[in-house]
Amino acid sequence: MSPLLQVSGLTRLYGDRVGCKDVGFELWPGEVMGIVGESGSGKTTLLNCLSARLEPTSGTVAYDTREEGLTDIYAMGEPRRRMLMRTDWGIVHQNPRDGLRMGVSAGANVGERLMAVGARHYGRIRAQAAEWLEQVEIDTGRIDDLPLTFSGGMLQRLQIARNLVTHPRLVFMDEPTGGLDVSVQARLLDLLRRLVTDLGLAAIVVTHDLAVARLLAHRLMVMQGGEVVETGLTDQVLDDPHHPYTQLLVSSVLQP
Amino acid sequence: MNTSQGYNFAYLDEQTKRMIRRAILKAVAIPGYQVPFGSREMPLPYGWGTGGIQVTAGIIGPDDILKVIDQGADDTTNAVSIRRFFARTAGIRTTSRTEEATIIQTRHRIPETPLSAGQTIVYQVPTPEPLRWLEPRETETRKMHALADYGIMHVKLYEDIARFGRISTTYDYPVLVDDRYLMRPSPIPKFDNPKMHRNPALQLFGAGREKRIYAVPPWTSVRSLDFEDHPFEVQKWSQACALCGSTESFLDEVVTDDKGGRMFVCSDTDYCQRRRDAKEAAE
Amino acid sequence: MTAMIEVDDLSKTYVLHTQGGVEIPVFADASLTVEAGECLTLHGPSGAGKSTLLRCLYGNCKPNGGAIRIHHDGAMVDIARADPRQVIEVRKRSMGYVSQFLRAIPRVPALDVVAEPLRAIGVPLDQARQRAAELLSRLRIPERLWSLAPATFSGGEQQRVNIARGFAARHPILLLDEPTASLDAENRAQVIDLIVEAKSEKRALVGVFHDDEVREAVSTRLHTMRG
Repeated sequence: MSPLLQVSGLTRLYGDRVGCKDVGFELWPGEVMGIVGESGSGKTTLLNCLSARLEPTSGTVAYDTREEGLTDIYAMGEPRRRMLMRTDWGIVHQNPRDGLRMGVSAGANVGERLMAVGARHYGRIRAQAAEWLEQVEIDTGRIDDLPLTFSGGMLQRLQIARNLVTHPRLVFMDEPTGGLDVSVQARLLDLLRRLVTDLGLAAIVVTHDLAVARLLAHRLMVMQGGEVVETGLTDQVLDDPHHPYTQLLVSSVLQP
Repeated sequence: MNTSQGYNFAYLDEQTKRMIRRAILKAVAIPGYQVPFGSREMPLPYGWGTGGIQVTAGIIGPDDILKVIDQGADDTTNAVSIRRFFARTAGIRTTSRTEEATIIQTRHRIPETPLSAGQTIVYQVPTPEPLRWLEPRETETRKMHALADYGIMHVKLYEDIARFGRISTTYDYPVLVDDRYLMRPSPIPKFDNPKMHRNPALQLFGAGREKRIYAVPPWTSVRSLDFEDHPFEVQKWSQACALCGSTESFLDEVVTDDKGGRMFVCSDTDYCQRRRDAKEAAE
Repeated sequence: MTAMIEVDDLSKTYVLHTQGGVEIPVFADASLTVEAGECLTLHGPSGAGKSTLLRCLYGNCKPNGGAIRIHHDGAMVDIARADPRQVIEVRKRSMGYVSQFLRAIPRVPALDVVAEPLRAIGVPLDQARQRAAELLSRLRIPERLWSLAPATFSGGEQQRVNIARGFAARHPILLLDEPTASLDAENRAQVIDLIVEAKSEKRALVGVFHDDEVREAVSTRLHTMRG
């Protein structure tokens, strides 16, 4: 067995400023990794570099492609990279409006990836879209409604359905519960946990919310000033933090 | 025929015509691909066929016979003025008969009379980019064309079926040219789409404001997008043309009075007239 | 006899960076062995590091030195050095843990909280729920609570759900951190039963038991720790 994602020496500079520096890790199939740290710590820069949306200044990101095994995603051609992004990968944006087409129906939003990879049977596309709406607990009666009429939590769930319809192996999530009410957050987290387990998804979840990290992630990477300062099993990092920054982070959380 | 003094043949200067011909050659070499060109200011406003006129001006010669139609009709203002424009600046012959013309410039229709090898049809195009409705960025649509990344075009058709139970797009219906490039056929009714497929004539498209030229060379495959369970279909009418009795042509609805009176007649005036002439002659 | 846990020269010191880098030594040079079928009790005054040692065994706490070898898939895995992936595998199939408090997950009903460790090793949903139901009734959690999320339960009820969850998957190794702390006599007796049963199934247990009665009833051996 080989890792799904192999990252080494990943650095992204913005002029003199460091986005992220010398990040390296392996992600295995079915593994969920959390990236935590405060705003500006380089979490999102790192996520964008990992998900082929921001070319790193140096370092490599290799993905275990179905055809050729581990392949540097920035060295492969654009067509393959795009194909990867819409079949094997999912990207869940913090703001669902960035990940959805707000002007087309919920069904078309979910079906788009299927059509993009060649599905040409309306009935089957629609049936699969309905199935996925059900999976993410959206009433299938709303399949023809525009996302504009959906609540924030529904939009986020729709975005997740849209990503999972092609059965990806790796999902990138940027603050998936950010901007949602706590009760809506709990429902979404429960859903994500279930889907990740049932589908055996590997995921990289960026969050500043340690409770979200504890619930979703198997292991954590703590970032500060663009660098990874601590890694380990989620409960070990949170219950027995070693780095001064991690200790500060953990001790700063309000316990309700 | 009388030509206007002080203008070059067919209005445009020779360098501009060369530039347009180079664009056309490239367009013919890559069927369906939109070639940028340096569109000129023309003595008529955008939206009136500036792209089509420039393409026609680029290819027309003194021996050519020009037909111009607008919505199928030879006698509408736009058609008449473009015909007169070339008559005066190039001194060429014009005609309303499809089979007689060597160049047919058109807005919104393909003639009913089948085109033949050696003829050229020039379409006036308002918006050349088929992907524009879902992707506003030009850099991105270019990339999508480069990668033949057209799956999302079906999202539009999906929406049609979800909302109306069938594909309700009736004109400017997207096509795939030579199994490679996605193309907007200009706002012709989808009734005309099948005529583009393996047509013996050369088909050229000019968009003046958007500065694009594209082409479908003779005998090229032109496929209308559809779903397996919702195949492409053209419009049908329950009645025949009220003037010539044709059951095979594209019909326009004409309101005849203010009491709800209406009739359906061929949109192609030349085709309709020929059929009526033939009927009269037979009688 | 099979050694299920071998601990060599384990030491742990907490360094509190947020409080000026103060160092709190917890224990040093701890060594112990646990065989299959026995229940080892960590014994000593409060603050002697019993819970910390237990957490180190589970990989929840990172020791400063020494080795923790855990029997897993017929080999010994050093938890102190294993990568997260390996620790998760060991926890799934070889080593369970009953903590002092249940960490409730929003929206997940008690029955599924208990069934989860079984689901994680691929037991079908029906079977996992059936085993969960047996344990919950044995620990006297009323059936009407099974479909509710434990967040709203009383402390004692939560702890019993936690115990059921710990025993559900019948791990060959089970760590118990004061499992009976908030239980009444009848429920304590049920937990003692569960532990005795586990011993008879040749599983290895390590526990911290505050309650003398429980300790005497289940311990095979004591491992004394000094503060």
